[in-house]
Amino acid sequence: MKTIQAPLSKEDVMGLTVGETVLVNGTVYTARDAAHQRMAAAIEAGDKLPFDPQGQVIYYTGPSPAPPGRVIGSAGPTTSGRMDIYAPLLIERGLRVMIGKGERNQAVKDAMCKHGAVYLATVGGAGAYLARRIIAATVAAYPELGPEAVYRLEVRDFPCIVAIDARGNDIYER
Amino acid sequence: MRSISAETIAKAVAEAVIQVNTHLPGDIQAALERALSIETNPAARCSLQILAENACIAAEDKVPLCQDTGMIITHVELGQDVRVCGGLLEEAINQGVRDGSRRGHLRQSIVKDPFLRINTGDNSPAVIHIRLVPGDCLRIMLMAKGAGSENMGQLTMLKPAAGIEGVKQFVLKVVREAGGNPCPPIIVGVGVGGNMEKAALMAKEALLRPVGEPNRRPELAQLETEMLTAINGLKIGVQGLGGDTTALAVHIETFPTHIASLPVAVNLGCHCTRRTTIEL
Repeated sequence: MKTIQAPLSKEDVMGLTVGETVLVNGTVYTARDAAHQRMAAAIEAGDKLPFDPQGQVIYYTGPSPAPPGRVIGSAGPTTSGRMDIYAPLLIERGLRVMIGKGERNQAVKDAMCKHGAVYLATVGGAGAYLARRIIAATVAAYPELGPEAVYRLEVRDFPCIVAIDARGNDIYER
Repeated sequence: MRSISAETIAKAVAEAVIQVNTHLPGDIQAALERALSIETNPAARCSLQILAENACIAAEDKVPLCQDTGMIITHVELGQDVRVCGGLLEEAINQGVRDGSRRGHLRQSIVKDPFLRINTGDNSPAVIHIRLVPGDCLRIMLMAKGAGSENMGQLTMLKPAAGIEGVKQFVLKVVREAGGNPCPPIIVGVGVGGNMEKAALMAKEALLRPVGEPNRRPELAQLETEMLTAINGLKIGVQGLGGDTTALAVHIETFPTHIASLPVAVNLGCHCTRRTTIEL
């Protein structure tokens, strides 16, 4: 099984092919609906983003709170399609990898092909299992959003499948 | 007249809210094991194995099965000879939801207003359906429903001429459009008849039925089997990545309807459709 280390270069993601299973290591940022809305507004207003997307990985998740003694609570993927409206803005700014579940629209795929990005799917509803692959979690931005805040996570051997590669090949197309 | 205190109800609901979020129901676990035993797609097999491990880890680590700990939905059957004392029934249920969410470290997933979208901070309120029944018992069927699957539900008002074929085509359309989003393998709840809200309610109630328990009417049980075969023929598969099992079961509920109507509602449940029953 292939292992990838975040952050990633364009060459790194061009080497990934649809259907391939990969283990993700390194730093990933969480963001879902509300955080994407804020980041899109920041881009619109010409403000600074909470992190530079260049080479980074965004994981679409809103984790449950960490029980005492744990790094994080349950942390599986949310439905990626809700972020389709915002994703091209971040891909244009160098975002290399998105992790989530379910289909993406054509605009996202076009941006991925143009700028070199991949979309990885992980197992929806396996939040307890995936939490064990997260070894550190800190709030990176928008703490007032609670579960929708941006977290900086350190992941180890986080299991994913390449769902859409940087050439636009899509596992969901049947 | 039997008295049940609001405090007793709140405590039972709090326990149930924690329990459903950390323990996969036995019927679903068995259905997932059956799916694994026949699955031929490697990616689907891998996902099903992870899901089995996820259920063990959730119970062991006391961490929710899924981070979307859902909106709490209760179907209450209140015996006519029961008196709730020391508080209001609905408030007792909401208190239980608040206590269980805090103690169980559940995610805060409910906003106060659909437009303003400010989090209530405690997962209340629950969606509460109450039905009066004979007897002196209080039964609460409680479900923690995630939005990934809930968002994929649909309702239509068919013309009666559309008949069974029209219902089948609509259900297939809903499942096809949902694709991998509702976290397949799914449970497909179908409500046919009544009116608009009755059909939607039946579709939800259909998800409460144990997986694989057929409708009592043989012709509807037959329809459930046919629909399950047709849905699995779509090859959406576990997580939408392809494979043999898209749905674990199709449950159909029906009700008398108007001469001019054929309402059909479809409510999808994910592979982790969390529900339990409280009996007081």
